[in-house]
Amino acid sequence: MTQTPHTPAHSPAHVRAAQAAPRLDIDAMIADRSVEVVVCCGAGGVGKTTTAAALGLRAAEAGRRVVVLTIDPARRLAQALGLSELDNTPRPVVGFDASAGGSLDAMMLDMKRTFDEVVLAHADPGKAEQILANPFYQAVSSSFAGTQEYMAMEKLGQLKAAAGSSPDGWDLIIVDTPPSRSALDFLDAPNRLGSFLDGRFIRLLSAPAKASGRAGVKVFGLGVQLVSSTMTKILGGQFLTDVQTFVAALDTMFGGFRERADETYRLLSRAGTSFLVVAAPERDALREASYFVDRLQADRMPLSGLVVNRMGRVSAGALTPSRALAVAEALEDRGGPKSAENAAGLLRLHAAVVTIAQRQRELAERFSRSHPDVPVVQVPALNRDVHDLESLREVGNALAGP
Amino acid sequence: MTDAHAIGAPEWQRARLHVVTGKGGTGKTTAASALALALASGSGTPRRVLLAEVEGRQGISQTFDVPPLGTDETRIARTSSGGEILGLSVDAKAALLEYLQLFYKLGRAGKLLEKFGAIDFATTIAPGVRDVLLIGRLYEANRRRRDGRHRGASPAAYDAIVMDAPPTGRIGRFLSVNSEVADLARVGPIHSQAESITDLLESEQTLVHIVTLLEEMPVQETLEAVRELRSKDLRVGLIFVNMVRDPLLDDVALEQARTGRLHKPSISSQLADAGVTATPELVDGLLEEAYDHAHRVDLETEQLALLEETGLPLVILPALPEGVDSGSVRELADILLDELEEVGLAR
Repeated sequence: MTQTPHTPAHSPAHVRAAQAAPRLDIDAMIADRSVEVVVCCGAGGVGKTTTAAALGLRAAEAGRRVVVLTIDPARRLAQALGLSELDNTPRPVVGFDASAGGSLDAMMLDMKRTFDEVVLAHADPGKAEQILANPFYQAVSSSFAGTQEYMAMEKLGQLKAAAGSSPDGWDLIIVDTPPSRSALDFLDAPNRLGSFLDGRFIRLLSAPAKASGRAGVKVFGLGVQLVSSTMTKILGGQFLTDVQTFVAALDTMFGGFRERADETYRLLSRAGTSFLVVAAPERDALREASYFVDRLQADRMPLSGLVVNRMGRVSAGALTPSRALAVAEALEDRGGPKSAENAAGLLRLHAAVVTIAQRQRELAERFSRSHPDVPVVQVPALNRDVHDLESLREVGNALAGP
Repeated sequence: MTDAHAIGAPEWQRARLHVVTGKGGTGKTTAASALALALASGSGTPRRVLLAEVEGRQGISQTFDVPPLGTDETRIARTSSGGEILGLSVDAKAALLEYLQLFYKLGRAGKLLEKFGAIDFATTIAPGVRDVLLIGRLYEANRRRRDGRHRGASPAAYDAIVMDAPPTGRIGRFLSVNSEVADLARVGPIHSQAESITDLLESEQTLVHIVTLLEEMPVQETLEAVRELRSKDLRVGLIFVNMVRDPLLDDVALEQARTGRLHKPSISSQLADAGVTATPELVDGLLEEAYDHAHRVDLETEQLALLEETGLPLVILPALPEGVDSGSVRELADILLDELEEVGLAR
């Protein structure tokens, strides 16, 4: 949507930038046993899930014991992993090569069920039932923006605990992140939900339920009454009652939520974790990747590098687009046989392929100019959708580089 | 292309609120912008169109090359026919404060609500309330007359409103504010606003358009969204098929490329005749590119067929080699007008 840069495609600056960007070595990351969690993040639609799955397969075939947590895989990709339903349980992937001693499990996140499980695990049965039946809980657990992120973190924490509890447990957890508006949501949403559930406003809302009338006024002052009567006016009394019941019922879990969010955040900033930022060679996706990388660096989170998916493939690199177009025109002008027409078609196709690939390379290089220390790997586009382990393996090979 | 569900010219004419959704990365904002331009420049009389985004992404300002949009409606483009487009970035918090001020004249309480986190609660956490506020802002703009009032004989402030809406994954929930919110807030103004909004969304005034690419995931989401929207009594208008590339080889050549039967020696000699040093590597490379292309075309054909099965009018927008800017979005708008005419909707 903004103008393309006015830098020529082959200027020395580009050559230098290309040399400056260190290569992201995926196989070294896989081989490094101290890496226990890999988080794949980035804007929606850039191939995060595919990257996570391909990385999982490659790591398992290299001998790691892997579980891949996916959020919302394409149908064919889910089939490739043998996931026929969203059932929140890791299942072994059939058909991978276990000769190196690795294992591969995959699961799809069911956010509502994960939330329900948290409630069931932390409240006594009667209270749990009360919470699960509350309309406000049902809405928060299935639709609150951020619940998916929170639950992805929660599930990651659970998998991590399960992995640590057995010597044959997983030694590598690969997490795909939810398709949110911003990649940063993955880091911020859990904390937002945590601080909401722990916050002043919730305490205020629950105050009338706990200490009705004058006591509540004493604790919070007159403002509270005004606020709560206004809220009642706007949202209706029933709504507030539902919220209050919900909050009162969650009381026992309160510290829990905030603590858990903090704990998972700490887990993510530990050395055993590695963030893999995924992007497509498009301006918006790379901008999103930039924001994310900046944020990770500002928070001192462990970043392993950037994967740029779907790079255009050029096979006949020797021929420039302008030359190809000129020759195509000459061939067409001569009005030769069908083979001339075909040759012209091939040349025009080549010119288009190269032009797109150049533009994509420029965008990737622009990222590297502003983040020269971030390792990058460019993954060529497949000419088909990923729908079986073989094509996932191909993506894995491409991730590992030539 | 006709179907019991598909809209015709009368429905198109009656539509006032155009909701544009699509999977992330498909070019929702581009399609919404082109649609706004097409609506503003269409059918004779100059038209006034509001183009609004609801996720604070500032995509519209980037497309039109204008400063970031705020919560006031600002003119961002004029068409050669005298139509105009106003842009707006709807913000739930601002909408709520405006709304409270308008209906409750809240001076001190407004500030207190903010201080206690009640505004944050309502706009980010209370399920659905945020969406009611976002759509509510456009609901208000839709009712507004030229003189700024919400009733009377003055003509409507806008001839059409285009919303750059949340992506397909969230659109069903976003538009079904009634079931979400009315169930939670069973009385009170949020409840009644949710009901009025639902009436507008389910009326003939509203069409939902879906933007897709000819790739598996976006098409899959498009088909799911069509089913979901129809089940919620919402009208699906157009499917925008975005970033479509012209075929560069004819069908016969494509078939040969796909099966590896393009005749190497003759291509090689044609290239040599035209003065290219046709090394075997070069020719192999060209054939490989053709092979990739043929498979991509197959995939696209398969996806297009799936979209055609919906019976909805498909609008094809070409890929712009240089990306989208304020000039090329107008090109897309012209193409869109032609295509609308072709499917019998515009002019």
